[in-house]
Amino acid sequence: MEERISMVHGSGGAATSELISAVFAKEFANDTLNQMEDSAVVVGSGKIAVTTDSFVVTPMCYPGGNIGRLCICGTVNDLLMRGAKPKYITCGFILQEGMEVSVLQEIVHAMAETAKEAGVTIVAGDTKVVTGAGECYINTTGVGFVPEERDVSAVKVQEGDVVIVSGNVGDHHAAILSSRMGITNHIESDNAPLGEIVEALFTAGVEVHTMRDVTRGGLATVLKELAQASGTTITLEEKALPVTPQVRDFCGLLGLDPLYMGNEGKLVAIVPAEQKERALEAMRSAKYGEGAVAIGTVTKEEPGKLYLVTGIGGLRNLEVLQGEGLPRIC
Amino acid sequence: MCVALPGKVVKINEKDAVVDFSGNLVTARMGLVNIKEGDYVLVHAGCILQKVSTEEALSLTELMEDVGGFS
Amino acid sequence: MNLEEIKQFLKEYDGPKMRIMEVCGSHTAAISKNGIRGMLSPNIKLLSGPGCPVCVTPTAYVDRLVELAMTPDTCVVTFGDMLRVPGSKTSLSESAGVGAKAVMVYSPMDIIAMAEKEPQTNFIFAAVGFETTTPVYALLLDEVIEKDLTNVKLLTALKTMPGVIDELCRNGAEMDGFLAPGHVAAVTGSDIFKPLAENYQIPFVVSGFEGTEILYALYELVKERGNGVVKNCYPKVVTAEGNEKAKKLVTQYFMPADATWRGMGSIPGTGLVLRPEYRNYDAGSLLLNEDNKKNKACCCDKILMGKMSPAECPLFAKVCKPLTPQGACMVSTEGSCHSAFASM
Repeated sequence: MEERISMVHGSGGAATSELISAVFAKEFANDTLNQMEDSAVVVGSGKIAVTTDSFVVTPMCYPGGNIGRLCICGTVNDLLMRGAKPKYITCGFILQEGMEVSVLQEIVHAMAETAKEAGVTIVAGDTKVVTGAGECYINTTGVGFVPEERDVSAVKVQEGDVVIVSGNVGDHHAAILSSRMGITNHIESDNAPLGEIVEALFTAGVEVHTMRDVTRGGLATVLKELAQASGTTITLEEKALPVTPQVRDFCGLLGLDPLYMGNEGKLVAIVPAEQKERALEAMRSAKYGEGAVAIGTVTKEEPGKLYLVTGIGGLRNLEVLQGEGLPRIC
Repeated sequence: MCVALPGKVVKINEKDAVVDFSGNLVTARMGLVNIKEGDYVLVHAGCILQKVSTEEALSLTELMEDVGGFS
Repeated sequence: MNLEEIKQFLKEYDGPKMRIMEVCGSHTAAISKNGIRGMLSPNIKLLSGPGCPVCVTPTAYVDRLVELAMTPDTCVVTFGDMLRVPGSKTSLSESAGVGAKAVMVYSPMDIIAMAEKEPQTNFIFAAVGFETTTPVYALLLDEVIEKDLTNVKLLTALKTMPGVIDELCRNGAEMDGFLAPGHVAAVTGSDIFKPLAENYQIPFVVSGFEGTEILYALYELVKERGNGVVKNCYPKVVTAEGNEKAKKLVTQYFMPADATWRGMGSIPGTGLVLRPEYRNYDAGSLLLNEDNKKNKACCCDKILMGKMSPAECPLFAKVCKPLTPQGACMVSTEGSCHSAFASM
C-alpha cells in the first residue's frame, strides 16, 4: 500500500481493492460487509428510523477525537433522538488525492471503535478520490429500530415540561477553534454516542416528550427550533447552564457565546416536570450523562419564544444562530 | 468594541508573557505595561493593555457601598 | 446601595426622561446579553452609538480589502467580524469563494510568523479599531521594523472616540449621559472625556462589561443627570491618565487625520493614519472615503447618531437581517441593529 491516496484508488480496479482490504476491511470486518456484494441485505423491524449526515471538519483530528469518531456519533445520535436503537451504518468517503494513508487509517480505526461502542454495524461503504482541497469528507447513513411503544417528537413538548441537558456545553466547538486560533488549553471535544443515556431514560420509565442532540448552532438554536415546532415558550436559567470555566473564558477571549457553540455529545431531553428527578438520576447514571442538569421550563404564553433569565435577573430573548459565529475582537 | 479579558501572568519570556484565562493559555505581547509573574492583566487582541490593579480592584460591591444612599 | 437596590432604583425611576448612549460595541453586546433594557424604567432609554469599528468602516475600505485579497501573492489577515462586512459590491467572505485570500486571527501579532514562513507573500492586516486596538498595531510595527520584514503592511481604518462623540452632541443627538467605553479609557484615561462632559454639561461614566458593572454605571448616570462630570466606575483597569506608554507608542507611528464613518461622512480629526515616515507600511489606506450604501433606504447613519432606533428603520428585520445585512450595523454581533434583532 502506498503512503498517499492517488486517483487510482478511486478507479474501482485493483488499487481500490487494495485500499479496501488494507484500510477498511481490516477495521470494519463483519459478516455482512465481508460478503462484498453490491448492497447489504440485513434483518429489518416494524418501525425504522433512517438518517444521513455529511462530515467536513477542519482540523480532521482534534483534541478528543477525529472526523471518524465524529461521523459515527453524529449519525447514531440522530437515530437515538427519535427513540431508535441504532443498528446499521453505511459510509461514503470522498478523499483528496495526496491524503496520507496513515491519517486515513487513524480515522477508519476511530470509526470502527466508535461503531463498536455505539453498538452499530457498518454494513456498506464506498470510496471516491478527487483532486482539490478538503482531504477527507465522509457521509454516513444510519438505520435504527424504533420499539413500537416509543413516540418521541418535537410536537409533544407541552406546558409544564422541564428541559434537561446531558452535560457541559460548548466543548466541541471550543476544541476545534482553539487549535485554529492558537490558544492552548485542555478543552477536548465531547464527541460521544449517547445510546446509554437514551436507554437509561426509557428503562427508568421516563415519558420522554422529545430529545435533540445539541450540535451545530448550539443550545439556543436547538431549543428555539423546539419552541417553534411545539408552539411553546421555553425559558432557561443562565445560572443553571453548565459551562466549564475554561470554555467560558475561551468564549470571553473571542467574543463568543457558549449558547451558540456546537457540541457533538450532548442532548436535551424534555420531560414532564414531575419526572424531572427520575430523568436526572437515569441520565447521570449513564456514560456521558454524568453532568446532566435541569436548565429550563416550558410554558405556553408566547408560542415559539425562547428566553434566558440572565445572571443579573434580566430577560434575554434568544433567536437561532445567525451567520457562522465568528470570533470577534473589536 | 473591544473584547478584552483579565487573566493571570504565569510566565514571562523576552517579549511575550503567557497569560492564563481559567486554563486557556495565550501568548500575549508585552511592551505597554511593566508586569511580573502573578500579575493580573487585561489582554486585548493578543497584547497586554493594562495591569488589573489589585489595590484599585475595589470590587463593585465595595464601591456600591461607598455610594451611600440616593442623594 | 447593594445590587438589588440599584436594580429597583433603575426599574422604578420616575424622574425626567433620560436618553443614555453606550458608544462601545462591547457594551451594546453586553447590554443585550444581560437583558438590561428590560430591567430599566420606561424613562431610561438606551441608545447604541458608533462604537463598533467594523460597523463604521466605509465601503471603500472594504472594497480595497477585497481588491487586495484578490491580488496574486497577497493575503489579507483580519479579525473574524470584518469578514462579513459588506463593501459596495461584496464582502471578504463572499469573495473567498472566487479566490480571495483572507485569514482570520486572534492577534495581529500572528501575522509575523505568517510573513516569516512565506516571504514571497504580501500580508496585509485589516487594521480597524479604536484607541484600544491602535497600540496593538504600534507594537506590531515595532516588531516588523525590528525584524526588517518587507512583506507586512497595514490597511488602516483607525478611529478615535472623543471627536465622534463631540460630533453627535453638536448635531443634536440630545443625550443625557454617556456610558463611556471602559477599554478605550484603559488606554486613553478617563480624563479624555472631561472636556466633553464640561462642554455639554452631561455625565460620562466609564464602565466595565459585566452586567452588574453596567447596571451600576447606569445608576451613576441617572444620579448625575445634568452634571458635566466624568466618573470612573471601572477603576481596576482605568485610571485618569491611562496608559502613557501605549499613548506614546501610538503617537510615534500614527497621527490624527479626518476619518470617514460609514453612513456619517467625514468627521475632522476622528481618525489616525500612519505618519509619513512609516507610509511604506501602508497598503493604500488614504482616501478610502467613498461610502456607497448597498441599499438607499438604509438608516445606519441615523441609528449610529442616536437619532433613530433600529426598529424604526424601514428595512429592519425585513430585508435587513444578520444573514442579509444591508448596512454595517447589522453585521457584527456588536452592531446596534444586530443586537436589536437578536433581542427582538
